[in-house]
Amino acid sequence: MKVRLTSLLIGLVAMFTSAIASAGQGSQLNLTRGVTDISQTVYSLHMLVFYICVAIGVIVFGAMFISIYRHRKSRGVEPAKFHDNLRVEIAWTVIPFLILIGMAVPATITLLKMDDTSDSDMSVLITGSQWRWHYSYLDYDVEYLSNLATPRDQIYGRLPQTENYLLEVDRPLVVPVGQKIRFLITSDDVIHSWWVPEFAVKKDANPGYINEAWTRIDEPGIYRGQCAELCGRDHGFMPIVVIAKEPAEFEAWIQGEEQRLADARAEEERLLSMEMSKDELMSMGERVYLSQCAACHQPNGQGIPGVFPGLAGVGVSIGDQTAHIDVVVNGAAGTAMQSFRNNLSMRELAAVITYERNAWGNNTGDLVQAADIHQFIQGNQ
Amino acid sequence: MSTTVSDTHSAHDAHDDHHDHKPTGIKRWLFTTNHKDIGTMYLWFSFLMFLVGGSMALMIRAELFQPGMQIIDPHFFNQMTTMHGVIMVFGAVMPAFVGLANWMIPMMIGAPDMALPRMNNWSFWILPFAFLIMLSSFFMPGGAPAFGWTFYAPLSTTYSTDSTALFVFSMHIMGMSSIMGAINVIVTIMNMRAPGMNYMKMPLFVWTWFITAFLLIAVMPVLAGVVTMVLTDKYFGTSFFDAAGGGDPVLFQHLFWFFGHPEVYIMILPSFGIVSAIIPAFARKPLFGYASMVYATASIAGLSFLVWAHHMFTTGMPTFASLFFMYMTMLIAVPTGVKVFNWVSTMWRGAMTFETPMLFSLAFVILFTIGGFSGIMLAITPVDYQYHDTYFVVAHFHYVLVTGAVFSIMAAAYYWLPKWSGVMYDDFLSKLHFWCSLISVNILFFPMHFVGLAGMPRRIPDYAIQFADINQIVSIGGFLFGFSQLIFLAVALKCAFKKGKPAPAKPWEGAEGLEWTVPSPAPYHTFDVPPKV
Repeated sequence: MKVRLTSLLIGLVAMFTSAIASAGQGSQLNLTRGVTDISQTVYSLHMLVFYICVAIGVIVFGAMFISIYRHRKSRGVEPAKFHDNLRVEIAWTVIPFLILIGMAVPATITLLKMDDTSDSDMSVLITGSQWRWHYSYLDYDVEYLSNLATPRDQIYGRLPQTENYLLEVDRPLVVPVGQKIRFLITSDDVIHSWWVPEFAVKKDANPGYINEAWTRIDEPGIYRGQCAELCGRDHGFMPIVVIAKEPAEFEAWIQGEEQRLADARAEEERLLSMEMSKDELMSMGERVYLSQCAACHQPNGQGIPGVFPGLAGVGVSIGDQTAHIDVVVNGAAGTAMQSFRNNLSMRELAAVITYERNAWGNNTGDLVQAADIHQFIQGNQ
Repeated sequence: MSTTVSDTHSAHDAHDDHHDHKPTGIKRWLFTTNHKDIGTMYLWFSFLMFLVGGSMALMIRAELFQPGMQIIDPHFFNQMTTMHGVIMVFGAVMPAFVGLANWMIPMMIGAPDMALPRMNNWSFWILPFAFLIMLSSFFMPGGAPAFGWTFYAPLSTTYSTDSTALFVFSMHIMGMSSIMGAINVIVTIMNMRAPGMNYMKMPLFVWTWFITAFLLIAVMPVLAGVVTMVLTDKYFGTSFFDAAGGGDPVLFQHLFWFFGHPEVYIMILPSFGIVSAIIPAFARKPLFGYASMVYATASIAGLSFLVWAHHMFTTGMPTFASLFFMYMTMLIAVPTGVKVFNWVSTMWRGAMTFETPMLFSLAFVILFTIGGFSGIMLAITPVDYQYHDTYFVVAHFHYVLVTGAVFSIMAAAYYWLPKWSGVMYDDFLSKLHFWCSLISVNILFFPMHFVGLAGMPRRIPDYAIQFADINQIVSIGGFLFGFSQLIFLAVALKCAFKKGKPAPAKPWEGAEGLEWTVPSPAPYHTFDVPPKV
């Protein structure tokens, strides 16, 4: 009994010291220090409170272990009779209160800084949706979707997992260092939460409301985060990647992007009259389907019964073509089906609809062309 | 039906001079109005739910054993996390405390039974149906609820499956059961104390339950309101939580946590009472600072209504609201600290022995305090932005709920098992249960702090590879802890079948209280004539 109690004691002490040791090394067992002023302040605040807790723990548990060791019946002690002491009671009410004030002061100062989004140099509108992020640069004509880039084969163990497994996206957010960037955060469907640990920014994306946060990044680099609020089936699969570049590089990048997007739009206009072949539509459609639709409707088009409707052999995919275009372009109100009008090009929309109408034995034979989508949207307005 | 039975009861009692007459077989349990029978049923029910909820946790830990999706689908994973939370909170911890209250409060205050025995029967017997409804949702298309036990809108409204309706209905039944149980506790304590048992002489377990019962009555209707709003938003076209109709999804969180935070204290205040009974008994020294314990419990209960939004710091509250909730939350550390200091002072210069109830209580004091420390860290709003919705939070609330609430329930069970069953529990098995639980629970929950700080979000079915090592350790701890609880099942069954040394009326040398003045096992009817205090 005695031996076991001592080993418990040693075990707990060892656990605590190892916690402290690993915290001290700043290894991946502790909070990240991050790459912004705020995140460093947050880190020191975390360590301050942690050390205070450890100190209190050493005193309280120390007294307890001394008592367990010395004041045990097997040592033949007689129990004392005291059961009250007003002075002691007042002391251990007042002293913790003062310690708490000591923590509250720096915490308040930090919070006031974090909540001050004024005087920003640029703004990015971040919109969460099931299960991807959309970034829109309010000061530039640039916007795009950011999807998980990890292939399904890695998730389902058919390929070995690579270094940034689940923390990689097809199109990262690119921002300049040294500038105050304001994030406006909202959502298209359920609540998400945009979190990049290295900026100490975590803010919920609430549908119908816009939250604000900001950061000023010190070092160029690639920073990774994840959605932090349970948002449905693929909550674990909507990472965030931010690339911080020197301002000149950022400027070059964003201008290139603006140009590229403008070109793509012009190209789209030009190609409206051009017919795509079935093979082209089907192969582009499959690619779009797997990246945008398969999370809910499943790669085999079966959906998940009761949760996400299937597309193989049922519903709009084998029904009226205009209704099918409508649901993909505009989404279905009151369901998880979002609008893809701004997220996909007309060619991609045409391709994915064609794919859905012909894959998995649907074989309607219908080919939808970009021009059909264009016509639908025109008629819709 | 129950009228007849209890009528025959009182007739019998009068005639047979208080012999233990009761119907036999299933009818005894269905129609019983006896606080001890009802307490026993609550305790067995909660243990069953503990195993059900625990097996869901093992499913979660099995999937998280290594990166990649191996065993279950992400949607089913979400059903597991949701149902694990719901079952553990409403099915395991809360009914266990109600069971202890049923057994012990009348015996501790010298009352013959609970004040409202038929309501007592009713409040237990609706519970199994609530959980039957809840669990049957697994067989619906789309499966059980998958929106987390916190069921945030609009994930639980527009974007949920039809199992939501069963979830809401079942929550209503559980809420009714809790409210009835709470009313019963309050009425019993206010009206049925033995002469001389004034409020400041009541054992702390009675005091903490008294305060807990008021918390329950205050917040269960809020839960009922919020689940109803979810139901009408989903099915009847209201827009409480939908911005498109003028509502606000964050309103849901305010309402939910206005229930949810006091709920947290509902699950820990009775623990404080249990530990305050056990530590003095095995330290052979009166509880230090009885009055301050009562006041601390009352202030924790009061503060619990002013801290709800600390669960919501990242929702984008106004700065001054964040500050208010941060300060209030930090303030809770003061009365909680007082309790811990009082327990340590009770041990100080006592003459301690380390029977199993004491071991669980000592582990409670240390591990609950560790959960309290991470609680203080989480209260600091700017740092909470980093901790929020990570495994750090998971570690925190499992330290207070498992090594806090559950350990105290285990301590209580060992402490009073001789009184309930009339036999001493198997000492070797109980020690084995304690040491296995203590070691495995720390392997299970302590590393979660690290992986949370390192950035792993909670409620994800798959994770980045840098979290792999720690998750493996955690999963191993989870399985060890889960299977260790089967030892407790063996201990409890041995006692239930009276396999063990007969227990004396007062098996613990230093134990205090009226429950030890009656024989073991406690007769079917105790204190028909009030004792003198």
